[in-house]
Amino acid sequence: MTYVLYRHRDIPEIDQLDVYLKHGGFEAFKKVVTTMKPEEVVEEVFKSGLRGRGGAGFPTGLKWRFIDKNNWPHYVVANADESEPGTFKDREILERNPFQFYEGMMICAYAVGANAAYNYMRGEFWQLAPTLDAKIAELEKAGLLGDNLFGTNFSMRLYNQLGAGAYICGEETALLESLEGKLGQPRLRPPFPPSFGLFGKPTIVNNVETLANVPMILAKGADWYKTIGTEKSPGPKIFSLSGNVNKPGNYELPLGTTFRELIYEHGGGIPGGRKIKAILPAGASSAIIVADDKALDTPMDYESVPNVGSMLGSASVIVVDESVSMDWLVKKTLHFFKHESCGKCTPCREGTYWMTHIIDRIEAGGEDYEQVKLLYDVARNIEGKCFCALGEFSIQAVVTGIDRFPDDWKAKTKHGQRSQEAIPA
Amino acid sequence: MNNLLEKYNDEVQTILNKYPEDRKRSAVMPLLYVAQREKMYVSQADMAEVAEIIGVSPTEVASIVGFYSLYYDKPGAKFRIQVCTDLPCALRGADEFMEGLCHRLKLDPHHGGTTEDGKVTVEAVMCLAACDKAPMFQLQSGEGIVYHENQTVETAMKLVEELRNTQ
Repeated sequence: MTYVLYRHRDIPEIDQLDVYLKHGGFEAFKKVVTTMKPEEVVEEVFKSGLRGRGGAGFPTGLKWRFIDKNNWPHYVVANADESEPGTFKDREILERNPFQFYEGMMICAYAVGANAAYNYMRGEFWQLAPTLDAKIAELEKAGLLGDNLFGTNFSMRLYNQLGAGAYICGEETALLESLEGKLGQPRLRPPFPPSFGLFGKPTIVNNVETLANVPMILAKGADWYKTIGTEKSPGPKIFSLSGNVNKPGNYELPLGTTFRELIYEHGGGIPGGRKIKAILPAGASSAIIVADDKALDTPMDYESVPNVGSMLGSASVIVVDESVSMDWLVKKTLHFFKHESCGKCTPCREGTYWMTHIIDRIEAGGEDYEQVKLLYDVARNIEGKCFCALGEFSIQAVVTGIDRFPDDWKAKTKHGQRSQEAIPA
Repeated sequence: MNNLLEKYNDEVQTILNKYPEDRKRSAVMPLLYVAQREKMYVSQADMAEVAEIIGVSPTEVASIVGFYSLYYDKPGAKFRIQVCTDLPCALRGADEFMEGLCHRLKLDPHHGGTTEDGKVTVEAVMCLAACDKAPMFQLQSGEGIVYHENQTVETAMKLVEELRNTQ
């Protein structure tokens, strides 16, 4: 196949400006700035059906339409805080195909009338920052960033910013707080960033992969883009495949590819001839899918994954084989969420704390099944009460791990009479 | 006198220029990395200097240091080996790697610790976005962060020995 996002896999050294330019780089940016109105760019992206690749799957063009034109200046912010366990797709774009991502940011800035754009990266991407800064300097020197671009009155600047280790900063309003030099804690929404964003000004926050789609859409047109993927989920998607598979890694495939194709054809199947047990399609935040034939034949797109009781999210597919027990898996996800809870709201801060205590007791062994019911009860009481989505994520593995894999929990606890009672829904 | 400003004036100005004139507070995180560079921790005096540059109270800077996990407010080892032991890495042997490395360094197998000479800390951390290349860790020092992927206890021990021999 021909890569749309990971073009470095077809074209070596596309991370060098001369190579990127030789392969049509920044032609789309020049075209939009010199021949299109901003609204026309927004409409072309809307028409393409591109949906946000960070996890929520919100239509990108619709988000751009929402920018408040009665409040200026506007900003564009790229979310490069990639921190979901199982997600490692954006780093490859930043490292190997950075100009396509920058071009996407620049087209977005033109489309929404922003003259400044910030790329907020997780602090752990430190090694990439000097190179990415140098590439901005190259763009300025080449006349692709700066004042009065291509002789028009459009001017723009790009900046990189490093975070410092906080999962919550992947939540867009927490990211904006962090970029303003504050604690990375989410804001109440609405108002959403297109009306109240960075420095209180209208802001578009898009994921790195989302933005990397944009130059190709403007270069080849929305109609071409829609030939990839499915009707409601058009385009290519990068699937980060990890866990119990022979060939973990990033796979760029059309949306709608089945789990079976990803895991068995591309990922080389399960090591040691073991059987697949479960799939977490959206990283540690996933509702866990029982990996039966129906699930394996499910297309990975925004509409189909909910049919097997989960979400596509950022498409961070963690494969779990039969050697893994769900109580251990839940212990891993809970300790992650407890550590990363920002502390702003009580259900998440206290709930994740108490859930780690209960799961550690269960894991230590010899506990009564009542502890499993208590864990489930705490999770159900967190549900729907958190300030942001990340608190809700923390209970997904707990609830579905217990509901869908009950035997694992019975095996881990004492089989008293009370343990036979069903879990209350 | 502001030591940070005096010593790194050009760098500080470059950082401040990234933000609108009246939004200098945004510079707090990049400035804290500069402040942490030499000693691998940020002292209260450093925090006060950062606060002075961006025009906020030292307490507000301290809250940033406390919130974000890559800043330290106490002296510690010069090098930190931060092993990701989250779910995807653990499915690929990260826990065993962590235990093996800590065993060789006579540290607590689950929580790690600092080597006898005080030079290297080994600790388990949360997801580092390199799940397909586990076991992996990042090496954090004042100079920055470097990823080490597809590791074995042997390759990690070799690095630890090199670090312990540096001045």
